[in-house]
Amino acid sequence: MIRVVLPAHLRALARVNGEVELELNVATATQRDLLDALEARYPVLRGTLRDHVTLKRRPFVRFFACERDLSHESSDTPLPASVANGTEPFLVVGAMAGG
Amino acid sequence: MSTVRLLVGTRKGAFVMTADGRREKWDISGPHFAGWEIYHVKGSPVDPNRLYASQTSGWFGQVIQRSDDGGKTWAPTGNEFTYDGVPGTHQWYDGTPHPWEFARVWHLEPSLTDPDLVYAGVEDAALFRSTDGGASWHELSGLRGHQTGSAWQPGAGGMCLHTILLDPKKPERMFVAISAAGAFRSDDAGVTWRPINRGLQSEGIPDPDAEVGHCVHRIAQHRARPDVLFMQKHWDVMRSDDGGDSWREVSGNLPTDFGFPIDIHAHEPDTVYVVPIKSDSEHYPLDGKLQVYRSRTGGDEWEALTNGLPQSNCYVNVLRDAMAVDSLDSCGIYFGTTGGQVYASSDAGERWNAIVRDLPAVLSVEVQTLP
Repeated sequence: MIRVVLPAHLRALARVNGEVELELNVATATQRDLLDALEARYPVLRGTLRDHVTLKRRPFVRFFACERDLSHESSDTPLPASVANGTEPFLVVGAMAGG
Repeated sequence: MSTVRLLVGTRKGAFVMTADGRREKWDISGPHFAGWEIYHVKGSPVDPNRLYASQTSGWFGQVIQRSDDGGKTWAPTGNEFTYDGVPGTHQWYDGTPHPWEFARVWHLEPSLTDPDLVYAGVEDAALFRSTDGGASWHELSGLRGHQTGSAWQPGAGGMCLHTILLDPKKPERMFVAISAAGAFRSDDAGVTWRPINRGLQSEGIPDPDAEVGHCVHRIAQHRARPDVLFMQKHWDVMRSDDGGDSWREVSGNLPTDFGFPIDIHAHEPDTVYVVPIKSDSEHYPLDGKLQVYRSRTGGDEWEALTNGLPQSNCYVNVLRDAMAVDSLDSCGIYFGTTGGQVYASSDAGERWNAIVRDLPAVLSVEVQTLP
């Protein structure tokens, strides 16, 4: 089970409270697997985290976990073990850009 | 008694305001979609409870919301706006080629006959259409694919398609306006387009009367007389009597002819409203006095309407989509400001009252007149 923390605006859009929990039926989950599963469960999030067509991360969206910035990791890189086993959450963060 | 419903988009959410036909006491709900920029909210002319809203964010992109109960509840619909084919380039501010990139939906225009058919004007400029109530969107790429497309350039607010007019008498005819490309018309339901900018004169482009490149801010059309168009250009208020084939300036005695919105009285096709703004770099009223100007002669002769509007120390702007008229017998005029005020006049502009004074900056105002 993987835990995902969404920013407030996307929690409101997806109508969820607190963390999202995802079960990924893959041996070694990647960032792409996580985002695919997240969007499959909450289709309204399609286009808000990454481009519909290119699947490229939106410029002002960041991915953090285990006190590390995973935003620039390849989407095919396996998630950190502590994220994959649910010990640590995967954080989706709106870039700090004023306001 | 009829009721009036205002649909107000702001920098930080949408607000729905309702009043009875006297338009004195307003019930305000919102903010809907709090924290998001709401560029535009508009209802279907054939099903007034069907509303569409453009919800957008620099962080999280574009969302389209739909309501089927007049704005009480909302549900997100489709948000995939993918340009048809290889998008190519348009001109950047410095004249260099720049790739077409979708940024947001500026304007939503529901069909005059089908509540599930709606058009979206987007930045970078293109026209999209949905025939399934917003679930899916497809570009009418004949517009962006016009041979002049690579020469279009952004205005200060981006290269936005902000005006969509559907001709009530000729179902195949549509008008759009793009800042800063100009006005375009289709006579085949959006398949092919041609620029309609003859008569426009603009500084800031190499050829002042070029076929395209004009910063058109807004076009208004009266349903009873759709071949007559009024335009607020960057500078100049213009009029066409031939469906945009030619334009003439009708700025007349306006104290400044820069501005953004323009609208027409619901029952008097020659009564036109604008909000003069000092200049393209000073986006506020002249002398700190907020004045709506009205022409009852189809342009050229204008009078200031100030009763109830601040006449000192007022430095707000009124954006292009932030003025609307209702269709009650005594025509109501409404506009919102970047200072968060929404003003209403229930007597065609003679007297104004603020419905609300402290909203986030107002991006758009639409009005529905309900039985």
